[in-house]
Amino acid sequence: MKNLDTNTQHRGQLLRRISGRREIVLSAFIIILIIAVSIRSPYFLTISNFKNILLDSSLLMILAIGQMMVIITAGIDLSVASTLAFSGMAVGLIVSNNGGIHPLLAILMGTGIGMVIGSLNGFLISKAGIPPIIATIAAMVIWRGSTFIISGGAWVDAYEMPYSFKQIARNTTLLVPNLIFIVIIVSIIFYYFLGYTKTGRQIYAFGSNPDAARFVGINVAKINFLVYMFSGTLAGLGGVLWVSRYASAQSNTATGFELLTVAACVIGGVFIFGGTGTITGVLLGSFLLSIVANALNQIRISPFWKLAIQGAIILIAVITDSILSRRVERTLREGGGS
Amino acid sequence: MDKTILRLENITKTFTGTLALNKVNFELNAGEVHAIIGENGAGKSTLIKVISGIHQPDSGSIYLNDNLVSLNNSLLAQKHGIATIYQEPTIFPDLSIAENVYMGHHEYNPVTRHIKWKKIHDNTVKLLESLEVKLDPRTMVKNLSAANQQLVEIVKALSQNSQILIMDEPTSALTLSEVKDLFKIIKHLKNSGTSIIFISHRIEEVFEIADRVTVLRDGHYIDTRDVSDVTIDELIKMMVGRVLKDMFPKIKIERGDPILRVEALTKARQFYNISFELHKGEILGFSGLIGAGRSELARAIFGLENTDSGKILVNGKQVYIHNPVVAMNYGLAYLPEDRQHQGLVLPMDITDNVTLPILGQFTKMGLVNTGRETKVAKKYADMLDVRASGLWKKVFELSGGNQQKVVLAKWLATDPKVLVLDEPTRGIDVGAKASVHKFMGELASQGIGIIMISSELSEILGMSDRIIVMCEGKITAEFTRKEATQDKLLSAAVGLSGGQKNKDRVKAKK
Amino acid sequence: MNVTDISKGISSAGISEKEPFSARSLFIRWESILILLIIIVVIINSNISTHFLTVRTLFNMTFNFMELGIIALIMSFVIIIGQIDLSVGSNMAMSAAVMGINYQMGVNMWVAVILGLLAGTLGGFFNGVLITRVKIHSIIITLGTYSLFRGIAYVILGDKAVSSYTEKFLYLGQGRIGNSPVPVELAIFSVLAVIFGIILHKSRFGRYMYAIGNNELASRYSGISVDRIKVIIYTASGFICALAGVLFSSRVSVTRPNMGEAFLFEIVTVVLLGGVSIYGGQGTIFGVVLSLFLVGMLRYGLSLVNVPSNVMSVIIGCILIFAILLPKVLRRVFAVR
Repeated sequence: MKNLDTNTQHRGQLLRRISGRREIVLSAFIIILIIAVSIRSPYFLTISNFKNILLDSSLLMILAIGQMMVIITAGIDLSVASTLAFSGMAVGLIVSNNGGIHPLLAILMGTGIGMVIGSLNGFLISKAGIPPIIATIAAMVIWRGSTFIISGGAWVDAYEMPYSFKQIARNTTLLVPNLIFIVIIVSIIFYYFLGYTKTGRQIYAFGSNPDAARFVGINVAKINFLVYMFSGTLAGLGGVLWVSRYASAQSNTATGFELLTVAACVIGGVFIFGGTGTITGVLLGSFLLSIVANALNQIRISPFWKLAIQGAIILIAVITDSILSRRVERTLREGGGS
Repeated sequence: MDKTILRLENITKTFTGTLALNKVNFELNAGEVHAIIGENGAGKSTLIKVISGIHQPDSGSIYLNDNLVSLNNSLLAQKHGIATIYQEPTIFPDLSIAENVYMGHHEYNPVTRHIKWKKIHDNTVKLLESLEVKLDPRTMVKNLSAANQQLVEIVKALSQNSQILIMDEPTSALTLSEVKDLFKIIKHLKNSGTSIIFISHRIEEVFEIADRVTVLRDGHYIDTRDVSDVTIDELIKMMVGRVLKDMFPKIKIERGDPILRVEALTKARQFYNISFELHKGEILGFSGLIGAGRSELARAIFGLENTDSGKILVNGKQVYIHNPVVAMNYGLAYLPEDRQHQGLVLPMDITDNVTLPILGQFTKMGLVNTGRETKVAKKYADMLDVRASGLWKKVFELSGGNQQKVVLAKWLATDPKVLVLDEPTRGIDVGAKASVHKFMGELASQGIGIIMISSELSEILGMSDRIIVMCEGKITAEFTRKEATQDKLLSAAVGLSGGQKNKDRVKAKK
Repeated sequence: MNVTDISKGISSAGISEKEPFSARSLFIRWESILILLIIIVVIINSNISTHFLTVRTLFNMTFNFMELGIIALIMSFVIIIGQIDLSVGSNMAMSAAVMGINYQMGVNMWVAVILGLLAGTLGGFFNGVLITRVKIHSIIITLGTYSLFRGIAYVILGDKAVSSYTEKFLYLGQGRIGNSPVPVELAIFSVLAVIFGIILHKSRFGRYMYAIGNNELASRYSGISVDRIKVIIYTASGFICALAGVLFSSRVSVTRPNMGEAFLFEIVTVVLLGGVSIYGGQGTIFGVVLSLFLVGMLRYGLSLVNVPSNVMSVIIGCILIFAILLPKVLRRVFAVR
């Protein structure tokens, strides 16, 4: 007897169109925003400004990708900003004392530091069973404090840093600024990883139903560990790039940045309870946030409004998201009902 | 083909103090459908967990195709070709059908670790077609009906070339037509050589689909019989160890005045134009397929959801019930379908659970008088014969039957005039079931009006004074006890009386 | 009403009411461990400074964490019902900013205080409404208001501070009750702690809170107005944060928009260390109070040996992790309950 769920078939296609639609909606929103702002402030629509926006957003994108993987497993990593600060400070201190270090080595060091911190988080969460929010809040405080400690409260200034280091962020490879290049590479790597490898798919599976994941033999401890390790690693990478770009390592670098990574994910369609999320969504979300930040500067809104508007945007984004997705789900589910 | 492919000998399993399985034997022949029945606590689920590798027996041996095996974990069992489908689907709601089927054994290129999506999708379609099912493998599983989700699990078992498929209460969440579809699939699987172990509380199903049936009782193996060679009464006797007189106690009730009246109650997409009357001392059965809207209707009457239009009258006066507190004030009580998630707060103790809706009665100036509270909790727990070492026991430690009794005690303590029971005997054993039924009869004789929502036809036919049948949100028929027959109920449930859509288009709501 | 069971006979005594007393369960309680730790810290601190164990010093020490304490009280309520409020520090700042700017513009001091309290309460109410209407996890909503409220504080005050408050106002945060050494703040905290304790452990509301934290759906089905309770608790949280902002401004004599930036972490640490489970449904006020004093004394002791505040944060971070690990380890060791 046939189970002629042709309805389901059509709905399946509709679903794909709708989830693609989120990216379309985001892109549309971005375009509208760009138009609106450029009317008010013509400088906005210049190439150099856009280059700025892209460069600004690239750091956010790198960390947001890590955050996305964590959120997909229904966790959260609030320590990314502190990890970034710590790794940036550590590398900054090292290069300012050893001028001859090859920039690539510096990048590797920073990334390595991030990997260690992320692994610690991963261990506490997956093996010791500490809830992610607690473990990462604790880590956030610990590594921020450690940043103060190793720097003695002092900053590493531009003139203390070797030229080669500062150029990491400014150089171009193949006509594309390094930062953006790195973002592209990272995105491609993780796009492939999450979409086309066994472990990557297992991450989604774990987020979707951790019990079922255990049942089909997925090594859930490994998955849980991995995502935090990745997040930390990317944060470490971000640290080196940040310090290089702004040519300064401060103890309060990137305070509040972790929030932005979560916001970028939420806006980009990563469901807070885990199970779904796309790289493109996250990239668009980051981009949107950077545009907004840049636009605010352009319209000469006093910088004190930044935080408030940021918060308002997060709230508006999640509220609209929730309303929309509930409506979509209702029509999609076979038969609906509670 | 009477080749034994699975044999369990003298399996014993103890859990801290409880002897769950006591020297149980079990044999499964190739290509047969073998049902396992027994009361709650008989050891059925422990037995299948031993077969699927989740539990290891303390003693005894397992032979697969006459080879001694140790099934030390579920993965090992799966590798031996044993697939298990539990009541709670182990699926990934946010992933596609194909991914669910292949998670854990993706086809990928070992060098580049690249998953071969096309191959996976094509294979899934092929497997689905072998069961004569047409679904897009890219559909997200959370958008499927419960029946289709179960199907995904079956396909998963197929994709691993399982020779043994174990199904634990597969029909408990399915509509009648879905059950028929499932049985067709089971027959399909049987014909292609899969052997199936089937646990069910619904004895009628055993007769419909199984070749042989094994009865367990209190951890002991009782007997295995050919289905063609045994009667329901014999099975029940084996399960319960005694003769159950009057599964459904017939009580002659003097029907009283109408106590609840519903007129043209409507809620978009859930139920339409519902009108009926409930009298004092009456048991009104609500029959229908799962998803017909009965639970939604009950929840709306109880104030858990709002309605779009229509009236509710209690004792002749119109009332506006916009939340459960108001409903309770009018003497309504609702015993939900899912006792673990909707009916009980599992980590809290019996007292807390029983008194939760009526805490206001022992509250003075906001503070609770725990002495009086405990006394009341004891009164109702004893009334329903809740078996536990004490009122302080946390509810999650109780058996299914006792948990249901706690839920009943809780709602009884609200002193209801109208009691709505949603699947009151689902998942509890025959003994406890009978006592719940007897209790319902007593309540009715005290003048309480009872609405009983049930998917078990025999329960509806045996207990109700009147029966209302719903289909796709509308009332399709009303019968008195005398008029009702199984066929009439079934026809009304699928909407055939009144010339509505045909069987195939009946959708299931979750 | 009697029911005769078909298959089994009924025992005439029925189910038993009183749980047999077990001394063991009294000792293996979270609060007992906290008390032990407090004693250890007191001993260590007294060794560091001979003045530690004087009445004066002890009371003086409490000044440092009373604002933290009252927020910890309401935060435990929030966590027990299974939610979280990340906006507490920001709400504090926002409320204090409202009070400050009004005062600065010439409004009467106490009217300004009331306006500040109102602002914070409204903020909490806003949280509550969003969380119950929009059905998004409170972590996201309060993440948004964490930014929003802080931003509002900055918008109101810019980068300036408000000071030169009236003496009567400063009395709130710096003064003592009459001639006793008891600080006003400590008195306020104590009263609130008692009230919260009674509510949580003895009242109907508290029972509902535990039920919601353990199983929100079943609570709804049992007729509990879950949404109303959530809104009430979040509104209370807003009010308490506002009160904390007022008290803090009074104690340090100045209101700055960056007030309370590090509070959230400390509060969560105190609450979790106090035995409140992050998953909801468990915890006692007594435990939270103990943990507050434990952490407070620890900080004080560390400051006596001139440990910089950043290192302190690191230490407290480690304590938080330890606080979570301990019950797990204990559970495995005792393998019961």
